[in-house]
Amino acid sequence: MKSTRRGFMKAAAIGAGALALSPVAAHASKAITFGPDEVGMLYDSSLCVGCQACVTACRNSNFNLDDTVSLAPADTAEVRWANVQELDYRTKNIIKMYQNPENKSEYAFIKRQCMHCNAPGCVSACPVKAMTKNPETGIVEYDKGICIGCRYCQMACPFNVPSWEWHETFPKIVKCELCRETNLKTKGMPSCVETCPVKAVIYGKRTDLMAEAKRRIAEKPGYYFQDKVYGEHEYGGTNVIYIAKVDFEKLGMPTLPDYSYATESETIQHTIYKWMAAPAALYVTLCAIALKHQFKRDKDERNNDHKGGHA
Amino acid sequence: MSHHDDYVQAPGKLITPVTVVLALLVAFAFAVAGYRFVTSIGAVSNLNDGYPWGVWLAYDVSIGTAFACGGYALAIICYILNGWKYHPMIRSAVVASMFGYALAGTSVIIDIGRYWNVYNFFVPSQWQPNSIMFEVALCVMAYTCILIIEFLPAVLEKLATFKDGFFKSMALFVAPKLDKVLIFIIALGMTLPTMHQSSLGSLFIITGYKLHPLWQTNFLPLLFVSNALLMGLSIVQFEVGLSSAGFKRPYEYEALEIARFIPFVGAFWLAIRVISLVVGGKIGYLFTSGFHSAMFWIETALIVIPIVMFATKLTPRKAFFMAMMLCFGGGLYRMNVYLVGFNPGDEWNPYFPSVVEFMLTYGFIALEVLAYIILSRLLKLLPKAHAAGAH
Repeated sequence: MKSTRRGFMKAAAIGAGALALSPVAAHASKAITFGPDEVGMLYDSSLCVGCQACVTACRNSNFNLDDTVSLAPADTAEVRWANVQELDYRTKNIIKMYQNPENKSEYAFIKRQCMHCNAPGCVSACPVKAMTKNPETGIVEYDKGICIGCRYCQMACPFNVPSWEWHETFPKIVKCELCRETNLKTKGMPSCVETCPVKAVIYGKRTDLMAEAKRRIAEKPGYYFQDKVYGEHEYGGTNVIYIAKVDFEKLGMPTLPDYSYATESETIQHTIYKWMAAPAALYVTLCAIALKHQFKRDKDERNNDHKGGHA
Repeated sequence: MSHHDDYVQAPGKLITPVTVVLALLVAFAFAVAGYRFVTSIGAVSNLNDGYPWGVWLAYDVSIGTAFACGGYALAIICYILNGWKYHPMIRSAVVASMFGYALAGTSVIIDIGRYWNVYNFFVPSQWQPNSIMFEVALCVMAYTCILIIEFLPAVLEKLATFKDGFFKSMALFVAPKLDKVLIFIIALGMTLPTMHQSSLGSLFIITGYKLHPLWQTNFLPLLFVSNALLMGLSIVQFEVGLSSAGFKRPYEYEALEIARFIPFVGAFWLAIRVISLVVGGKIGYLFTSGFHSAMFWIETALIVIPIVMFATKLTPRKAFFMAMMLCFGGGLYRMNVYLVGFNPGDEWNPYFPSVVEFMLTYGFIALEVLAYIILSRLLKLLPKAHAAGAH
C-alpha cells in the first residue's frame, strides 16, 4: 500500500505544483500593442459642456424608440427614458458630472461607455465567444444570437459597462459597440462623435488619438490632471482614452494596474491546462492506482472464496 | 464482482410527514422557477448590473457542488489511498453528489438569461478555452454524467430483481460490462472535480479589484479545490451521522477513520490561505476592513476550530457537530468570495437576495434531501450494518 500511496502523493504534488507555480508566473504581462487600423475615441473632459446631445444621439441611432413601451415598471414611474443615472439597458453612453462638495465651482464631466480594452475582461470571460474583439478595428463586439446570458462579462468588466435587461423575459446584454452596425457604417463615425457640438469626443485610429492626446497635454503642461492619458496603460491599454483636468478617481474611473485581469486569469488557466497535460497525467495516475487496488481486491476475494469464506 | 452484499436499503415508508413537507417546498420552488421563466430574472431577484451573480450561483452552484464533493473525497480515499476499505460507504455519497451537481446545473439554467442558446457549448467553433466559465460548464456537465454512471449499478441491481422481461435481461446484460469499465469512469470522476472545483475559484481572479483583497488572490484555484475536499469529507461525516439517526441504523464507525484525513487537508488549506495573505501583503486587511475583517475571522474560526478538533479523540456526536461547523465555515468561505467580499462600486445598491430567490434555493435543498431519502428507501445504497469489530 505504501508504494501506491507514494505514487498518489507524487501525482498530487505535480498537480499542486502546477497550480501553485501559476500565481507566480501570472505577472509576466505582455507589452501593450495596438494594431495599425485599430480605432477608438478620445474624450477630453475639459472641453465637454455636459449638454448630453451625445446621449440622445446614441439613443436615436442604437435603440428602436418604440422600445420605450418595454421599460421596466420601476423606470416608467421614476425616471424618464432620457434621464438615466447610470449605464443601463436604456443607454450605451452617458454623461456624468462630478462636483466638489466644498467648492461648487470645481466640476467636470465624464463620458461613460465601453472602453474597448486591449485585453477585454468580457471577451476573456465569455464561454461561447458572444463577446469578441475585432482583430482589425479593435471594437469589442457582442452577438446576442450566441450569448447564453451567464453575465460573467458583467462580473469581469472593470468599468462595469455591460448592462442586462433585467425586466425582459428574453433579455440581452446592452453595451456600446462604437456604432459598428449603425452610425459607423453609414456615416463613418459613432453618433456621439458626430453630434458633439464642441468636439469633446473625437473618433480616429487609436495611435492618432494617443498622439493627439499627448499633443494637447504638451501644449498646456500642468493643465491636465497629472499630464496623464487614462487608458494609455490602464488595464493593459484601452481603445477609448480620456484626458481631464480632474482626478480620474473623482470622475468615477477605477484605479487599475497596467495589466488586464483577463491576462492574469488566462495565464493561470493556461499554465494549469497547458496541452491538457496536467489533467491527463492526473487521470492516468489515478487510473493506474485504482486499477492496482481493484486487481488486488479481486484476487483477495477469489482466495477467500476458495477457502469457502466470504468477503 | 460488484459487491452487492455491501449495501442495503434504508427502512421506512416513502410518504411520511418529513417527505410531505419537503415535497411542498419543492413544489413551491418549481412554481417560482416557472414564474421566473414567464416574467424575468429581474421580477424575482434583487440582482442588478453591479451584482449580476446572486445567491443561486453562490449557494446552489458554488456551495452546493462543494457539499456534493462527498463522492469525490470518498472516491480518493477508497480507490486511491486505502485500497477499497471504505467501499461500502461510497454509494450513498455518490447519490448525494449526483443530486448536488444535477441541481447546480438546473439552477444555472434558471439563472442564465438566454438559456435557449446553451447549445453553443456543444459547437466546437464557439468554444472559448480562455474562459474559466467554459471550463467550469463543460466539466460540471461531464461530471454530472459520470456521477449518473457511477450510480447506475444500484439501479441495475434493482432492475435485475424484476420479473423476467426486457428490464431484467437488459440489466443482466449491461451490469457485468459496466462493472469492467467502471474503474476508468471512477478515475475520471476524481479528475473532473479537481479541475472544475479549482476553476470555481479561478472564476473570480478576473474580477480584480471588485473582490475584497482578503479573498482576491491568484491562489483561488488551489484554495477552492482543497476547500472542496474539506467540505466533501465533512459532508460524509454529516450524512453518516444524519442517516444513522434518521433511518435509526447503527452508526458507521468507519466514518471516524475517514475523519482522520480532515486535519491534513485542513492544514494544507490553511497553509495556502496564510501564504496567499502574506505574499499578497494583505495582513493589514485582517484588522482594518471592518465588516470584511469580521467576516474573515468568523470564516477562519469556523474552519480552524473543527480542523483542530478532528485531530483529537473522536466520538460520533463530536464528529457530527464538528463536521457541521466545518460545512458552515467552508461554505462561508465560498459565500465570502461570491457575495460578501464582492463590491463593484458604490453606484449600485448592495445585493441581498429576495425572498423568492431564497425560496428557490430552499426548494432545491429540499429536493436534494427528499431524493436522498426516497432513493435510499427504494434502492440498496447504504452500507450494510455490521457487528462491532468488523475491521
